Amino acid sequence: MLTEQERHEIDEEVAAVRGHARAAVVEALKVVQRRRGWVSDDDLRDVAACLGMTPAEVDAVATFYNKIFRRRVGRHVLLICDSVSCWIVGYHALLEHLRARWGLELGATTADDRFTLLPVACLGLCEQAPAMLLDGELYGNLTPARLDAILATHE
Amino acid sequence: MPAIIIDGKEYRYEGEGRNLLEVCLSLGFAVPYFCWHPAMHAVGACRQCAVKVFTDETDTRGKIVMSCMTAAADGMRVAIHDPEVADFRARVIEWLMVNHPHDCAVCDEGGECHLQDMTVMTGHVSRRYRFDKRTYRNQELGPFVHHEMNRCIQCYRCVRFYRDYAGGRDLEVFGAHDHVYFGRFADGVLESPFSGNLVEVCPTGVFTDKVFKEQYARKWDLATAPSVCTLCGHGCNILPGARDGTLRRVRNRYHHAVNGYFICDRGRYGFQFVNSEFRVRTPLLRDGGTLRAASADEALARVRTVLAEGTVAGIGSPRASVEANYALRALVGAERFCHGLPEKEFTLLEALVALMRSARTPFPTLPEVERADAVIILGEDLANTAPRLELALRQAARIVPDELEAAALGVLPFDDAALRAATQGGTHPLFLAVTGATSLDAMATARCRAVPDELARLALAVAHRLDPSAPAVTDLGADAAALADRIADALRTAKRPLLICGASAGSPALIAAAGQLLRALDTAGTAPMLRVVAPACDSMGVALLGGISLEEAARADTLIILDSEQLSAAQVAGATHIICLDSLLTEIGERAEVVLPAATFAESGGTLVNSDGLAQRFFQVFVPEGDIRESWRWIAEILGQPWANLDALLAEIAAELPVFAPMREAAPPADYRLDGQKIPRQSPRCSGRTAMTAHVSVHEPVPPDDPDSPLAFSMEGASGQPPAPLVPRFWAPGWNSVQAVNTFQEEVGGPLREGVLCRVIVPAGSAPPAAPVPPAFVPREDALLILPAYHLFGSEPLSLLTPGIAALAPAPYLALHPADAARLGVTVGSMVTVTLGETALTLPVVPREDVPRGAGLLSVGLVETPDALPAWGAVRGGAHA
Repeated sequence: MLTEQERHEIDEEVAAVRGHARAAVVEALKVVQRRRGWVSDDDLRDVAACLGMTPAEVDAVATFYNKIFRRRVGRHVLLICDSVSCWIVGYHALLEHLRARWGLELGATTADDRFTLLPVACLGLCEQAPAMLLDGELYGNLTPARLDAILATHE
Repeated sequence: MPAIIIDGKEYRYEGEGRNLLEVCLSLGFAVPYFCWHPAMHAVGACRQCAVKVFTDETDTRGKIVMSCMTAAADGMRVAIHDPEVADFRARVIEWLMVNHPHDCAVCDEGGECHLQDMTVMTGHVSRRYRFDKRTYRNQELGPFVHHEMNRCIQCYRCVRFYRDYAGGRDLEVFGAHDHVYFGRFADGVLESPFSGNLVEVCPTGVFTDKVFKEQYARKWDLATAPSVCTLCGHGCNILPGARDGTLRRVRNRYHHAVNGYFICDRGRYGFQFVNSEFRVRTPLLRDGGTLRAASADEALARVRTVLAEGTVAGIGSPRASVEANYALRALVGAERFCHGLPEKEFTLLEALVALMRSARTPFPTLPEVERADAVIILGEDLANTAPRLELALRQAARIVPDELEAAALGVLPFDDAALRAATQGGTHPLFLAVTGATSLDAMATARCRAVPDELARLALAVAHRLDPSAPAVTDLGADAAALADRIADALRTAKRPLLICGASAGSPALIAAAGQLLRALDTAGTAPMLRVVAPACDSMGVALLGGISLEEAARADTLIILDSEQLSAAQVAGATHIICLDSLLTEIGERAEVVLPAATFAESGGTLVNSDGLAQRFFQVFVPEGDIRESWRWIAEILGQPWANLDALLAEIAAELPVFAPMREAAPPADYRLDGQKIPRQSPRCSGRTAMTAHVSVHEPVPPDDPDSPLAFSMEGASGQPPAPLVPRFWAPGWNSVQAVNTFQEEVGGPLREGVLCRVIVPAGSAPPAAPVPPAFVPREDALLILPAYHLFGSEPLSLLTPGIAALAPAPYLALHPADAARLGVTVGSMVTVTLGETALTLPVVPREDVPRGAGLLSVGLVETPDALPAWGAVRGGAHA
């Protein structure tokens, strides 16, 4: 069930696109994901009902965007850049370190629900490659040591 | 006529604003394609239809374009067989095949697969890809459609048909890039009544026919013949396929004016009664208390004895062919022939015929319906009474810019995605004057939900606004008056207004009002189009044939009944002797003196007159087991063989009843020959001819004779393309899939070659019947006006013998307005007793906001209703099931 607050925020998003509920579907999904971390099937049905759409119509949009999470994620979502600049300067070493030191696999969540690791095509931070995005914060010039220091501050 | 140069040779072509692909296909060139569909136009998703175009004669390099996204133009230079572009097309196939499983041998689509055809056409013969293929979990989509996502090549045709064309909202495309998934949000029955078309729309085996799967045969092993759907009045053309004496499947048979490329799920899947265990396969004779199997001679002797005693009446059927009805009429005499309907229902049909004859504008073909720019529907829940028409109206409602408007918008007139984006879901005026919620509600400009008399008043009020000389409705409510203003304005300013009216609401007043509205629109100078909805496949045939009413016929001592499943036992309870000509053993058959096994549509030939007044011929598909014969042939036996074959019977009908004279033109006569030969029902590849009956005899049996048509029960015969009414299958060299229909059309998307439109009801501009303004509806304290509610799955009895249709049919119910429910003290799901005449029905209650106050909607077909609806029924709560 969506909370009152979530419903209110979704209504505001619909109002912002002059009542064209279909145009607000991405924002409505973001409202849910902001609080819950991801969009479950039940949440998706609620969003659909809120917007007067069918679950299929909403899910068609939700699954198109890979940053709308349709599976449960950890408390922190780490998006590691695998595009060409990062790939050249050490993406693989970082990936290997994340696996060995933190038990992180691409596309998986750690058993303690602390981290989810996902690839991202490009963060536009090539001049500081290799780079990652952790809970919406950009980090560049990554090394295994620097990575450890950053992750340690995310419980 | 513009000309185009293809591979160095000049060709003339027809039609402005067409894409290069359509032009190439119409000229007979084999350009491979996937995502383009003649009814849904182009989106340029698959990249398969690449050709080269050259700027002028000095251009030797040319450039590769997608032919579906390129407008054909006069003087254009095109190369199809250029090595570079041919290689491009082969690479596209290779890339589409990367994830496609190599499972053709076990795939239901094999042998009629567009992807197979295109792969062969491009010459891509060996795969280089040697890695794992992407796999998906399939979904359970209900009783009709089987899902196998691994075969998908992402052409988007399924969602473009299901969602964009048919308005379904539960099939979507999920994901992105190389993991695109076409399916539902979760497993479950596909909601659209047109879901079965996915089977034909999908170019490969993602969506296949689940019913066919249970009794599968390859396309080339099916015997097929042109036929007409008998499950509603629209008369969609179908291609039933049979093998080993059973009917295996029904597919769409393209007819540009009637059904185009699509049919509904009732029509596609409702055929299983043909294979029913309740079929009567030998004559049955009453001996003492029970029916026993008898020889034809014995049964016919008894029939002759019975017919010689007392008064006799013959009861025909609006679900039987004109020939069968006429033969019965010839047997009992015109004054003893009943059209099979209660007086009230027949009056409605007569009113519809009169309405049609009062029209001045030619009746619209399906494409013309689709181009209507303002529509008013009077009393029809089309998705449940004429589904193919509903699908056409979905296209009519959508604003599609014409060529000039598209040019002004800067988009190509066949670019579906661009046109949809440009018009932003804009709709033409669509007005619904109906008795409850319908599937078109979401597209409607405005709607009026009321009892039929009120709908008639609204229609008359609109008529008066368009033509002040038409009678005024003085005591119309303010809301209705405002709506009438709106409708009148929209219809008056439309270029191609369309009026739809039918018999479903059971109201002669509404049909009469439609006549007034049509005439008023005419007077206002709009050239209105009329489309009528009749309930059964030959309703119009019996309307033209006439006869006595069922009530009168039932007073005879002896009844000879055609298709008794359309009657209830109570309707013929008074008869001493009953003779049935039935395909199924019915309740009436159980108490009959003689039951003669009658052929179904698939085992007989004949002519049906559809809602639109078109006479259409259907042909026998296969020879059934047992002593099953056409109804008219049994009657011919009783009469001592007055007609040698169907043509002789047709000649007599034409001579006897001139209104049916054009009917002989519906198809070529039995002595027609193509290249001096009959047209085979089986394909030349049909397997097992010599082995099939080897366990009985090693001698190959002689194929059964067909004296009634130019078709043969054989794989031997003419191999060319016959005239449209005789096309037994769509196949052309290199085109094994249903896409072969392109090669049978005059031009892509146009009529089939040598097609006929054989109308037996024509617009004659006769005076419309008088339409007195009905008094305003006054709800009653003690009763509800019970109105019929129709269901695609449920209101047609024969199709209910298809297990999938029975599973999707709703339970019988009575829907009423919550205020009425409160007044009567009934709650959701509780049982009520509805008393109609002398019959009391106990039904669960469904309170629904869409039911007019003072009325109740009763699901028809699911419960036996004693009398024609609408009728006042006392409703009492607190009944127990």
